[in-house]
Amino acid sequence: MTDVLVGQDLARHYAVGGGLFQRAGVLKALDGISFTLAAQRTLAVVGESGSGKSTLARLVTLIEEPTYGGLFINGIDAVDPAKEKRRAMRRAIQMVFQDPYGSLNPRKKVGTILEEPLVINTDLGAVEREDKARTMMAKVGLRPEHYARYPHMFSGGQRQRIAIARALMLNPEILVADEPVSALDVSVQAQVLNMMMDLQEEFRLAYVFISHDLSVVRHIADEVLVLYLGRPVEQGPKERLFERPLHPYTRGLLASTPSVDPKQRSRRSLIKGEMPSPLKPPPGCAFHSRCPHATDICTSDRPQLRPLEGRDVACHHAERIG
Amino acid sequence: MPLLEIRNLSVTFPTGRGRFRAVDAVDMTIEPGELVGIVGESGSGKSLTMLAVMGLVPFPGEVTADVLRFSDIDLLGLSGRQRRRLIGKDIGMIFQEPMTSLNPCFTVGFQITEALKVHEGGTRAWRRQRATELLDQVGIPAPETRLNAFPHQLSGGMNQRVMIAMAIACNPRLLLADEPSTALDVTIQAQILDLLVRLQEDKGMALVLVTHDMGVVAETARNVAVMYAGQMVEQRDVEGLFETPSHPYTAALLDALPERSPGRNRLPTIPGVVPGAFDRPSGCLFNPRCRFADEHCRSDPPDVADIGSGRARCHYPLDADGTPTGMHLAEADQA
Repeated sequence: MTDVLVGQDLARHYAVGGGLFQRAGVLKALDGISFTLAAQRTLAVVGESGSGKSTLARLVTLIEEPTYGGLFINGIDAVDPAKEKRRAMRRAIQMVFQDPYGSLNPRKKVGTILEEPLVINTDLGAVEREDKARTMMAKVGLRPEHYARYPHMFSGGQRQRIAIARALMLNPEILVADEPVSALDVSVQAQVLNMMMDLQEEFRLAYVFISHDLSVVRHIADEVLVLYLGRPVEQGPKERLFERPLHPYTRGLLASTPSVDPKQRSRRSLIKGEMPSPLKPPPGCAFHSRCPHATDICTSDRPQLRPLEGRDVACHHAERIG
Repeated sequence: MPLLEIRNLSVTFPTGRGRFRAVDAVDMTIEPGELVGIVGESGSGKSLTMLAVMGLVPFPGEVTADVLRFSDIDLLGLSGRQRRRLIGKDIGMIFQEPMTSLNPCFTVGFQITEALKVHEGGTRAWRRQRATELLDQVGIPAPETRLNAFPHQLSGGMNQRVMIAMAIACNPRLLLADEPSTALDVTIQAQILDLLVRLQEDKGMALVLVTHDMGVVAETARNVAVMYAGQMVEQRDVEGLFETPSHPYTAALLDALPERSPGRNRLPTIPGVVPGAFDRPSGCLFNPRCRFADEHCRSDPPDVADIGSGRARCHYPLDADGTPTGMHLAEADQA
């Protein structure tokens, strides 16, 4: 099985401040992320807001360049390729955004929205473009008469279908979906998730699925990457992580997710407090300020990601906790 | 005597094509100290029901009800002055977006003491003391210094805690919480829900939790009302609802949860979308999406009927096995 997407020690730092009100500093939005993704597989990225999920999406989609680290799409180095190669690479990787109300141009008809990627990236004629757009509309469950309608005439679920159709117009191999179902109602969410799984099979798509909803992740993911303050804390196969989480943060996230069985109700082991500012990350393990298991070593030494029980985990006490 | 009694509550809006009933004949009773969950998708009228209780339905909405009573006070006949004396004191409300419901121009201390000044009076020093206590109660570290913070200096979770502190400042008997944890991260959501349940137990106040998240209801509520397109379709105790839902909508909604479909396969879905203002079907509002619907459902709107452990608005409520009851009888009638 070939990996369509490989990240090696990816990092993205931003220079902040240095003006009148703030001292210059470096915000490490993402630091040391490595992963591989094969065709027809789903990598889920989870974490609280500010954990670097969306920064990772921006790096992977080539919207931003990593500060350091390597990114390979289909085995080709994506960090500094020649211009023509970069163009081809952008066709291979497309994105679906969280808010289907903000991501579609209200002044363009659905047909125009779907054909725009073809106009920019291919030299197909108008007839062929319309043909392709209509085929894709059928695949995502939109009716033919929707071709000439405007986005405001659609519900949130239908808009997300349009956004997914647009992302698939160029036959990408990788689809990055940033919280694609969090703005949708439960019944509609199930429809969109089913559709995404069907499309994955049909087009052999690799998904980078960013979500804070662990029940959705559990349903759709193959691999899970848990981020905290821009660093990976635990990553590995879904079954391992959900059945026996070894990092206290993963355990806390799972415990915080409400269970849908009223009989399972219990005083949950909650994660205390809030995520610290990424401008002043705590020394040692970034999670130690909220961790119930923290000891002296956690405040001084940063734990490295190490293999344990079939996944990678960055915690000094993983054996003891598991 | 129930703390809040609602009989046949409707909220209508005039539109170009006649009146639109956003909330339709809702009945509800809330006892003192009870924790009730209201679930529904967007557009189901759950927030508007709460606003109607508070008297906050925006113009030109019109509220009608046979009974809308808080304790022994008729909420429909209140003058503005009387209502202002009640709201914020005996009935508190928490809104979904803490960032937009707090005033950015004033410190959180000012905003909490403002509620105290209106309803409780007291000296400035006492109010400040009380505000510090409240911030401490809702779990804000270093409350004295946080009193001087503006909302933009606090995180979303902290602002929601401030909102809760404001709502409980005058020890209300009823707290209405409209999606109090929706805009927050799961870890913070769990903290906020935990806080609300703890306050509800400690203070013995009634809490109505409005949410779209079945998980939130399962974790907190004792009794649950499910709303669909402005109507209350099922009212049950929480365990009964999750185990043997009576209304096909509740059953379908529970089936659509990924948690209930272990293994990676297709999720059961509800076809179509919630009907909007102008495409309300005749008969039962859920009939176009219901897999059990027949002619009877398409022509006659069902009434709310008592079922074993609760109430459901369905001609053929589901039994414990999930099969509709009474259906064959109706077919026999037609034949």
